[in-house]
Amino acid sequence: MKHLIVVLCTTLLSSICLALTPEQRGLEIAIEVDRQDIGFGDSQSNIVMILKDKYGNERTRQMRNRTLEQSDDGDKSMIIFDSPGDVKGTAFLSFTHRAADDDQWLFLPALKRVKKISSSNKAGAFMSSEFAFEDIASQEVDKYSYTFLRDDKYQNTPVLINQLQPKDPASGYSKLEVWVDAKRYIPLKIDFYNRGGKLKKTLELSDYSQYLNKFWRAGNWTMVNHITGKSTVLKMQDWQFRNGFDDQDFNKNSLSRAK
Amino acid sequence: MNNRFVKIVSPLLILSATNIVSHAVFAGEALGYIGAEALAFLEDPLFPRQSDASISLTSQLEYFHDFDDSNQRFAITLFGRADSQDDERTHADIRELYWWRNFHSFEAYAGIRKVFWGVTESAHLVDIINQDDSLESVDREEKLGQPMLQLIKVSDWGTWELFSLFGFREQAFPGEQGRLRAGLPIDEDAIYESSDEREHIDFAARWSHYFDVVDIAVSYFTGTSRDPIFLPQYSGGVPTSLLPFYSQIDRVGLTTQITLGSWLAKLEATTTRERFAQTSQAAVVGFEYTLFGIGGGESDLGLLMEYQYDDLKGPRQVLSQNDVVGGIRWALNDIDGSQLLFLASHDLDYNHQFYSLEYSRRIFENWKFELEAAAFTADDPTSLDFSLRSDDYLRFEFKRYF
Repeated sequence: MKHLIVVLCTTLLSSICLALTPEQRGLEIAIEVDRQDIGFGDSQSNIVMILKDKYGNERTRQMRNRTLEQSDDGDKSMIIFDSPGDVKGTAFLSFTHRAADDDQWLFLPALKRVKKISSSNKAGAFMSSEFAFEDIASQEVDKYSYTFLRDDKYQNTPVLINQLQPKDPASGYSKLEVWVDAKRYIPLKIDFYNRGGKLKKTLELSDYSQYLNKFWRAGNWTMVNHITGKSTVLKMQDWQFRNGFDDQDFNKNSLSRAK
Repeated sequence: MNNRFVKIVSPLLILSATNIVSHAVFAGEALGYIGAEALAFLEDPLFPRQSDASISLTSQLEYFHDFDDSNQRFAITLFGRADSQDDERTHADIRELYWWRNFHSFEAYAGIRKVFWGVTESAHLVDIINQDDSLESVDREEKLGQPMLQLIKVSDWGTWELFSLFGFREQAFPGEQGRLRAGLPIDEDAIYESSDEREHIDFAARWSHYFDVVDIAVSYFTGTSRDPIFLPQYSGGVPTSLLPFYSQIDRVGLTTQITLGSWLAKLEATTTRERFAQTSQAAVVGFEYTLFGIGGGESDLGLLMEYQYDDLKGPRQVLSQNDVVGGIRWALNDIDGSQLLFLASHDLDYNHQFYSLEYSRRIFENWKFELEAAAFTADDPTSLDFSLRSDDYLRFEFKRYF
């Protein structure tokens, strides 16, 4: 009998054995997802963004992303826009914080102006895409409260479905449902519910590759807006890690000469 | 061949040549645009020889090259405009031509640059490094390149910058055919307080930092004022022209922005001592508020309100001496980046208004057009903008980026 319990404990959900509440189990999953990414140091990638409207029109944007991990706070990142032509040279600097509002600055090359922008833009569209600023920001455990929903399968992969509720009232979402790969602890799919509780968008993350034998990065992010019929695909290419970035590469001064 | 035709066509030829060169030699590091602008004035001109409409061609070409493991950069930006009506508005400028080097403990720029200081939208009081390109914009956002040596030190206590500014750039003004100008012609040969005239070397220093939600900067400038005082020149007791006089000033500037959620609160203030005259104060204070995803939809609405104050009087008085400016920006967040911008300003002393409505969007990836309608109401003959009262205009601009 004892043996059976041990078997059950190792095969069934730890939440049953340890008597975790769905909230505790949800937090545990979020912490594990976050832990998978600790120690990546810095990274850079090229991004191709494909916007599609409901009429089938398609536009392509290009940008570059650089990220610097912070051990005691959210990541610092810079995005430099290479197209379309009228925004080429525009650069976006963000310091994500674990609990407080993020700091964000924009460099406008025509005026050579660095402008601090509203930290409440998280619900706003990033570059007129279906991605909101909060969808592309570095994900911090403290920004949500969690409820574990169920085990499931997604494209033949065992997944843990976790519900996230943003703590910030400025978030555009009432909740997110995240399909987390049960083995690799990486998100495969996210359903976004708007403030009215209606399913607004679905993000599918695919073409994962592993770097430095540890860190998983999705090569393809497809966001579909169910309300407007528009969609955006982000193709993240040419990932490079350990570039030797430091804080001097992520400040207002370096933003002002980003090219 | 018609002289005007040559003026328009030759920059175009240069442009297409440079375009070819840029693709061949500087792959990936050259950028720029060519543009066409049509300007139509809705009322008859006030002054003889002024035009009713004009067409002009513009181009900006930019090239940069990073080397030494990205610790050094060479950059050049050229701008030019050919105008069908106003010979003065046909002009070109080196906006940038500099070398930058990262010495790790500090950074240095040497050459011609553009530097922007400020946080407010309706006026740029603190911004003083570069001279206005008054032929390009009434909002004083277009600037002429300024030769300089700039040193930058980034520390835990903020960013410190020192500037030596070599060679003064005079403001350029529309010619007789041009609209949006003063009634009297402006003399070509400006006069200076400093005997060094255009050779006077100006100095500036700036400290900027941010604490939590506060971004702050304090700046100091000593040298030739960017804003001339216009001295009326008389002939037989009748004023016939205006002579620009550039005095020596010392200016301390402060900029602050507090970013709280959707609110941006902004302040720019300056105190300026003119060596042989008075000390004056100016300020712009205001806010910006943005509603994201209005009506549960995709578009963003930005609201802006600013108050402008300047205590200069007499021949030194400025347009933004006691004015309120409001603005609404509606970004549709559609696939082509459509945007509507409405601006209105009200002068509390003269009861004058200025309105502007602008629509812009992209066409495909690299074409962009802008349509603007602007109107002035100015009926007080003692005001500075009285000469603009018949200059309501429609402007259409088309740009191709490459």
